[in-house]
Amino acid sequence: MEPATATAAAAPPVPALKDELDIVIPTIRNLDFLEMWRPFFQPYHLIIVQDGDPTRTIKVPEGFDYELYNRNDINRILGPKASCISFKDSACRCFGYMVSKKKYIYTIDDDCFVAKDPAGKPINALEQHIKNLLSASTPFFFNTLYDPFREGADFVRGYPFSLREGVPTAVSHGLWLNIPDYDAPTQLVKPLERNTRYVDAVLTIPKGTLFPMCGMNLAFDRELIGPAMYFGLMGDGQPIGRYDDMWAGWCTKVICDHLGLGVKTGLPYIFHSKASNPFVNLKKEYKGIFWQEEIIPFFQQAVLPKDCTTVQKCYIELAKQVKEKLSKVDPYFDKLADAMVTWIEAWDELNSSGATAPNGKA
Amino acid sequence: MSLENIRDDEVDIVIGALHSDLTTFMNEWKPMFCRFHLIIVKDPDLKEELRIPDGFNLNVYTKSDIDQVVGSSTSILFSGYSCRYFGYLVSQKRYIISMDDDCIPARDNKGFLVDAIAQHISNLSTPATPFFFNTLYDPFREGADFVRGYPFSLRSGVQCALSCGLWLNLADYDAPTQALKPEQRNSLYVDAVMTVPAAAMLPISGINVAFNREVLGPALIPALRLAGEGKLRWETMEDIWCGMCVKFVCDHLGLGVKTGLPYVWRNDRGNAIESLKKEWEGVKLMEEVVPFFQSVRLPASAATAEDCIVELAKVVKERLGAVDPVFTRAAGAMLDWVRLWKSVGSGASSLRA
Repeated sequence: MEPATATAAAAPPVPALKDELDIVIPTIRNLDFLEMWRPFFQPYHLIIVQDGDPTRTIKVPEGFDYELYNRNDINRILGPKASCISFKDSACRCFGYMVSKKKYIYTIDDDCFVAKDPAGKPINALEQHIKNLLSASTPFFFNTLYDPFREGADFVRGYPFSLREGVPTAVSHGLWLNIPDYDAPTQLVKPLERNTRYVDAVLTIPKGTLFPMCGMNLAFDRELIGPAMYFGLMGDGQPIGRYDDMWAGWCTKVICDHLGLGVKTGLPYIFHSKASNPFVNLKKEYKGIFWQEEIIPFFQQAVLPKDCTTVQKCYIELAKQVKEKLSKVDPYFDKLADAMVTWIEAWDELNSSGATAPNGKA
Repeated sequence: MSLENIRDDEVDIVIGALHSDLTTFMNEWKPMFCRFHLIIVKDPDLKEELRIPDGFNLNVYTKSDIDQVVGSSTSILFSGYSCRYFGYLVSQKRYIISMDDDCIPARDNKGFLVDAIAQHISNLSTPATPFFFNTLYDPFREGADFVRGYPFSLRSGVQCALSCGLWLNLADYDAPTQALKPEQRNSLYVDAVMTVPAAAMLPISGINVAFNREVLGPALIPALRLAGEGKLRWETMEDIWCGMCVKFVCDHLGLGVKTGLPYVWRNDRGNAIESLKKEWEGVKLMEEVVPFFQSVRLPASAATAEDCIVELAKVVKERLGAVDPVFTRAAGAMLDWVRLWKSVGSGASSLRA
């Protein structure tokens, strides 16, 4: 299985939402992968979040319009609130979400390349994410033909007409060919497994159902759900890693369900090229594997009061419940709950001029 | 929950014959059907003799059989698409795979014929995972697994009691949808099986389904009959109502429902615009059904499919019966079905397949 190479021919004539979408990329190594994405990404503004040593210079390929933040910038901009942004973990990417001024965010890892569809054509992942975000979701009733708004599809017999308008889509969760997003134990048991199955579907994840949200190939409507996309305390000085996107995904899904917003998963695929070291991963994930047994029931049972009508209010309430109910699992959750509040405070400070209006109905 | 090993002799393939000439249908499916026992139930309204080619191990049931077994003891009408439920009733096997007689094998993306029977069996033999969504779909499929972040305690899954397949060419749309897009055909082969999450409702089409008769049999009910019900799928809602009840029962009992593969190829038939002229009351009924299932709860004491249907029938009569008499009749039919199931379906009758 190979990533696509000749992507230039596949670039769309008019890039959709080019002034309304930022691409947020966390990196600690280099941005060479951007060369391959150039025809699809160049029209867009990039926000690079440089993790690790701030004295290193990360070279951005010529021709891209970008802003770059290293740890010194994060500390300078947030002051003491910078404590909520992880160090030595790609979780730091959420700083990019906070400083963006755009309506939409696409985030991608620096080891993700352009995939090919079954016909061999390069996949413009960004274009598909935009399609997903701009069309409605259907969380209240499952459509067996998947995304009913797709060309060639529709709602099936028995699908209630009153639910066919759908709700706004807040999140578009893409997938990966080649190296699948497995946890360390699975990687250790199946080191050679590659995802070669192209499932040609986008679907809405039903209301009330949680899922593991991977941050490798993810897009969302920042105005609808941005403040919920906090990627937690991971990496340096923290007892856990590789649960940043998971944490954000569980919070986001609970809040989306509460506010009547949709989460889609499926297309687009990217080509994930690098398998991280499973032994390193195991050390990072180890506690998470046990903790998630408590965390999942917590999120499954979480109820947000009716007066939580904005994402921020929902998130602060969740932070309260995390402190109440998960601190007994480990003092880490106490710290995390505080960081969640700090995140919202920082978010509101940085985004106060365009104050977010209440989104959706509780 | 471990992998089940489903033997050929534990499976019945049940076909409701709404067409008299099944020659093409049977011959197209022969490579997939030939290992299994078949039950063919002739629609009691069908006048012509059934034409079935040789070379199959099967039992055929007609109006006289239905009358003999069921007689006038029930309000259930086994006519039209509901005739297949008689086959479910008299089967002695653990698993049933059921398909409409206007479907033939489909071809996958590589051009190979899809063995729908084998795929349904595979779906039913591996666990379902209704409590947490796996983004790589069925983790038990070759080349797939649970993704990072999937709780380990939920990885053994639950028993899959129902497998819902899909359709290429003529998709299962309602009449208004097909009438609006008369040329639209489903050509998208989505290579996935997935578990429908617990508490999520879905429209279960009766065109291409398979289930564990032993645990779920009584819950597949021929209960909701539209006043204008016809011999085309978009003139019925019986399977949709049945599916809503079945999913609800599965959720209550902690059983799994899968959807996706296998595809069958559904032949073009009927005229959607013509069907529009008949009253599409089913569409109106669904608007009542959804809030009902969102709010209804069964007592924890309902521990079998039979118990669940009995309890559900009570609530349907109370709450939905007040809205439309079709639900009162459906509730009655649900109770009749459980009675029938107890007397015939559990092996008491001599007229078993």
